[in-house]
Amino acid sequence: MIEKNENIILKNITQYLVAFIQLFGLYVIAHGHGSPGGGFQGGCILAASYILMITTLGIEDTKKKYNEFKKHLFNSLGVFIYAFTGFVCLLLGANYLDYSGLSNLFPVDPIKARYIGTFVIEVGVGITVMSIMLTIFVELLTVKRKQS
Amino acid sequence: MNPIEIISAILISVGIFFLFAGTVGLIRLPDLYCRMHSTGKADTLGITISLTGIALYNLNDGVTLVSVLVSLKIMTIAVFWFIANPTATHAIARSAYESGIKPWTKEGTVEVDLDEQRAKEQK
Repeated sequence: MIEKNENIILKNITQYLVAFIQLFGLYVIAHGHGSPGGGFQGGCILAASYILMITTLGIEDTKKKYNEFKKHLFNSLGVFIYAFTGFVCLLLGANYLDYSGLSNLFPVDPIKARYIGTFVIEVGVGITVMSIMLTIFVELLTVKRKQS
Repeated sequence: MNPIEIISAILISVGIFFLFAGTVGLIRLPDLYCRMHSTGKADTLGITISLTGIALYNLNDGVTLVSVLVSLKIMTIAVFWFIANPTATHAIARSAYESGIKPWTKEGTVEVDLDEQRAKEQK
């Protein structure tokens, strides 16, 4: 288990850098369909910022904020967004995950509707990847060693 | 060659010189602290100068909104590196010191038999 680190340089630099790392993660998610990147890569960058915070500032604060309820909520929220977007398309008369059907719901042409639909599922992928990465890291840290 | 190309070529060459010096130090210096000393400073300066040259060269084809934005992104990477690399060097060197790695001395160049030394420490 990682204990609280009182090194003032690491603490301050981490606090400033984490904000920019998270901004970059959001940028990668938001520009995933126009440039290299996407939901998975952006989610990994977001998770890396939290892992950096855990390794320098200690795990206690993170465990308080990232409790069991939030863990399960975010793990399933992204999958829900992905599946729900596909299901809305199904309800609007198109195939499953065929975003051009969204043009019946919003006043946009089918090409713009595909753009919006791709962006929405990228956000869902990003949330789930971030949460699962963080869950794996926290579970591996807090597992009890076997007495051998 | 116009002036922008010449200036960016000089900047990238100077950056590559610093990176080369840091790498020679990484290979040739004797222990962890000396190697951290070599790479921590030389790489920071080398990458920053090289990226400045690349950002300048990107403006060569004409100063438009897109090229200025790309240059700003490259300079953001340089600033990030300038902050993060010394911090990482500090963290590695400090944790190495706290976990008990002894700094190199002239006597340390003598080949030491590790098993013999451990037996001595246990006595």
